[in-house]
Amino acid sequence: MVKVYIPRDTTALAMGAERLATEMAVEAKNRGADIEVVRNSSRGMFWLEPLVEVETANGRVAYGPVEAKDIDSLFDADFINGGLSHPLCQGLTEEIPYLKKQQRLTFARAGITDPVSLEDYQAHDGFKGLKKALEMSGQAIVDEVKNSGLRGRGGAAFPTGIKWQTVHDAVAPGDAAQKYIVCNADEGDSGTFADRMVMEADPFMLIEGMTIAGLAVGATQGYIYLRSEYPIAHQILNEALAKAEAANLLGENIQGSGKTFHLEVRLGAGAYICGEETSLLESLEGKRGLVRAKPPLPAIVGLFGQPTIVNNVLSLAAVPYILAEGAKAYADYGMGRSLGTLPFQLAGNIKRGGLVELAFGLTLRELLEDFGGGTFSGRPMRAVQVGGPLGAYLPESQWDTPLDYESFAAVSAVLGHGGVVVFDDTVDMSQQARFAMEFCVVESCGKCTPCRIGSTRGVEVIDRIVNDENREDNLELLNDLCDTMIDGSLCAMGGMTPFPVKSVINHFPEDLHKPVTEDMAS
Amino acid sequence: MTAFNEQSRQQVCDIVEEMKNLPGAMLPILHAIQDAQGYIHADAVSIIADGLAQSRAEVHGVISFYHHFRTTPPGKHTIQVCRAEACQSMGSRQLEAHVKEKLGIGFHQTSADQQVSLEPVYCLGNCACAPSIQVNDDVVGRVTASKFDQLVDQLSTQALEVK
Repeated sequence: MVKVYIPRDTTALAMGAERLATEMAVEAKNRGADIEVVRNSSRGMFWLEPLVEVETANGRVAYGPVEAKDIDSLFDADFINGGLSHPLCQGLTEEIPYLKKQQRLTFARAGITDPVSLEDYQAHDGFKGLKKALEMSGQAIVDEVKNSGLRGRGGAAFPTGIKWQTVHDAVAPGDAAQKYIVCNADEGDSGTFADRMVMEADPFMLIEGMTIAGLAVGATQGYIYLRSEYPIAHQILNEALAKAEAANLLGENIQGSGKTFHLEVRLGAGAYICGEETSLLESLEGKRGLVRAKPPLPAIVGLFGQPTIVNNVLSLAAVPYILAEGAKAYADYGMGRSLGTLPFQLAGNIKRGGLVELAFGLTLRELLEDFGGGTFSGRPMRAVQVGGPLGAYLPESQWDTPLDYESFAAVSAVLGHGGVVVFDDTVDMSQQARFAMEFCVVESCGKCTPCRIGSTRGVEVIDRIVNDENREDNLELLNDLCDTMIDGSLCAMGGMTPFPVKSVINHFPEDLHKPVTEDMAS
Repeated sequence: MTAFNEQSRQQVCDIVEEMKNLPGAMLPILHAIQDAQGYIHADAVSIIADGLAQSRAEVHGVISFYHHFRTTPPGKHTIQVCRAEACQSMGSRQLEAHVKEKLGIGFHQTSADQQVSLEPVYCLGNCACAPSIQVNDDVVGRVTASKFDQLVDQLSTQALEVK
């Protein structure tokens, strides 16, 4: 029996993997070929999806992007024995440079294992970290995370170990003293899909990371707050949770240790703001996702008023490796104060889009050119937005900036969650600036005025600039408005919406100074 | 589908009764109702409010805050078009205009024959194979105008078969 791998990752499915898997099985039967179709997840080389892999004595051989119409010719080329003659053959998967050049710690198993197979997970170092953690004190676990240098991967880059220490030291108030672990899986930034990939490719890793967090701070209940736009991740997480509970890796008295941790997935409902941690907590409590003023920090007064760790998927997913291999092994990657690896996500108008996990320190240009291979359209690149809709657009003069938190901050940009969206030279940057404000109008929670009203005024002012109504005065007004939003907003939504806008003003001013055409005036 | 009959009422009561003791039960309840009935009928609001010991205003406040929840029946099919940056870089603005023209409706509208509802969405997580849309439960990548037309034609063909 030959194993043929066809992913059930969202992008692979969006490119036709479901139909492919069905028709592959039918054709195999017709030809009397003895194959087993395994639904793995994506390796993160999305331009090759659906990527079909075949197990051979030398390792897996990859074919992609495969469409249903290619099935016949694949069988004819003897792909089930790793036939190399087919035009879609990419050779051994592990030898594809895009993958080979990466440093995969968090995504070590992605696309290799069956995401919901506990046996696969354990055969690939799964639950090694948890086993160690079960024998350690809470403080020792917190120390390990501190020493790893791990910083919050959601975008704010706050040291994870410090947050854990705060929750560890906090005394839960009331009779029903309870601490919580909340995983922020509300991955709403355009250009990001690393959280989704963790949940779809390696859900047990997230479960393990959250359980370790629970052991570290004495929390017995966890929630994964998942955005409703990720139905496949929802399905896979729930399958994995059921298996982990059945195997006593979750629940009461985990592996006879006397320790308890319960975990549940809760769905968001299409509100970008709920990726902000206090808004997320309000939403989990069943309310409108209005941002809370800080302090108090969620670490002290969090979910239902109790001490709560709120961490991004990638932060929690990094924890099993840190516990299994030790803090130093993780901290050996990276540069300066940005230690470990960051899964970058190449998206938008890019030839080879996908997930690239690397230690901090590579330059943006290396990522765009060596990995990305230029634009999808073949036209010159013009602007690159890093860090989601609240991140700056970088012009070519800034592409040699090293990918680490401090270097990006130094050029008024953010690395955020590692999303990189590429635009070619057909982009109208005045429209991108306008969209930043427009998005804030749609997604502002409405609690503070600079964000709620400022964004609406921002759209109007940009329209006036584009239409050349008192252009210079309105540009000055736009700058003022941006400063007010930055200084006066309660959270990053209003506080960072001006980042992309200002980057357009500073780096792409020509797009705000175009003559008005007939078309625009209408 | 549009009538909130005794059966719908009973279904809402059952959902509320089953889930009301969950910590932070509001969103799970609203999801369950919308999954079962396609939207949240105005008459469901007071049942939810009673079950959770909250005011109708509070329930309405939550429903209206979240883009996902709807208070009118959706069409037979729901199409979501991603409006976020990664899709913009691959021509989603033009695609959006084409979609609206082809369907003859704008965002948050349902076609007169109740076949299709059109909604905007901000990121489907398929950003490396943009532009993306979602047709009912399925995300579709690298959508062009002609690919979209084919998808819509398939939907209408299927609709006829079902009838």
